[in-house]
Amino acid sequence: MGINGVLRPGHAQIRVLNLEEDAKFYREVLGLEEVGRDAQDRVYFKAWDERDHHSVIIRQADKAGLDFFGFKVSDNATLNKLEADLNAYGVKTERVPAGELLATGERVRFTVPTGHVIELYAEKKDVGNGLSYSNPAPWPAQAEKGIAPTRMDHALLGGGDLDGSRDIFINVLGFYLTEEVVAEDGKTQIAVWLSCSNKTHDIAFVRAPEDGKLHHVSYWIDTWEKVLRAADLMSMNHVPVDIGPTRHGITRGATIYAFDRSGNRFETFAGGYISYPDMHKLTWPIEHLPEGLDYAQRKLHETFLTVFS
Amino acid sequence: MDVPAGTAPGKQGAVEHVVVTITDTNENYRCRTDESLLTGMHRLGKRGIPVGCRGGGCSVCKVQVIAGAYEQMRPMSREYVSEEDLAQGRVLACCVRPLEEVSVAVIGKLHKSITRPGQPAA
Repeated sequence: MGINGVLRPGHAQIRVLNLEEDAKFYREVLGLEEVGRDAQDRVYFKAWDERDHHSVIIRQADKAGLDFFGFKVSDNATLNKLEADLNAYGVKTERVPAGELLATGERVRFTVPTGHVIELYAEKKDVGNGLSYSNPAPWPAQAEKGIAPTRMDHALLGGGDLDGSRDIFINVLGFYLTEEVVAEDGKTQIAVWLSCSNKTHDIAFVRAPEDGKLHHVSYWIDTWEKVLRAADLMSMNHVPVDIGPTRHGITRGATIYAFDRSGNRFETFAGGYISYPDMHKLTWPIEHLPEGLDYAQRKLHETFLTVFS
Repeated sequence: MDVPAGTAPGKQGAVEHVVVTITDTNENYRCRTDESLLTGMHRLGKRGIPVGCRGGGCSVCKVQVIAGAYEQMRPMSREYVSEEDLAQGRVLACCVRPLEEVSVAVIGKLHKSITRPGQPAA
């Protein structure tokens, strides 16, 4: 057994149009814990059950969207090997020095063909989840503050050359395809879900007219009951909801899509199934995208394929 | 509790309603002067301006203001609204509130991103 190589999504840096308004949103409504600010005035957050220093960073900018999405790898030898593998595959990389992000080691940064900046890193400070590593309680007070996801789980990114980005993740970084949406020709992939673990997806791509686009960053919550609690909190706080609460056919997750204060879509979701690399992929012909997206309503929400930041 | 994203803080005391007309469809609705053009439309279940992120980030609710005074309530993504746009009254309906009767033409679209096989995504 081993989840090694690329372990999991580790951080997303998101651009916001009004830093303090969104810092308040991520802290009080989404219920992430603010863990620090740096000299560039970036604000760092972690979900309560994450043990590494941070998973979400927001930055004041004049346009919304995603700066980069990072994955933690098992160790520095793996980081060096994956960088060499990327270079051999024809992907240019650069090194971002340790400490450029708070409490984070050196990062390997590269741009995939859909125009997204992806990072790999091996080291980030273990600050714990507020519970002891010996005889821990099941949850801390932070677990009931706001929506309070347990972790930043994955992202769905949009761009033109889906095939190129998919190939790098599968052929170089060791991801496998769990599910796909295919066009009328039965071949062209409209969207792909890729896993480096037992999750149904650690990253996903959707074919989109503009490169480098963020569809959503997703946060894991434990139960469908808590998805409904999240829906209550969104409405109480006037969060614009896009889709849900409902269940995706794709990945079977119970979900809500909504937007932060700057129009960056996020998801709160629960459930799904355990995936393994030997399992046959699941295919959703495009005419079944409505139930793939929203199994309860079988509705093709027009915003799903059109609204990005 | 937060003020709704499409609501101007501190204006609740002097709320007025004004008529907003969407010239494409001749649809009109009564919009509060402390809420965005988009919030006003959406809250009444009216249609005409596409509803996207409602946070100034995505551009699908972009409109050309043809007549009437308005005020920007929230920042809009510079990716979709340039200085030139602002000067010409091309704004995101989720980020501006009407000060008087306003008419707008819809610019934003829910662009189809599914392309036919063999065609580039564009």
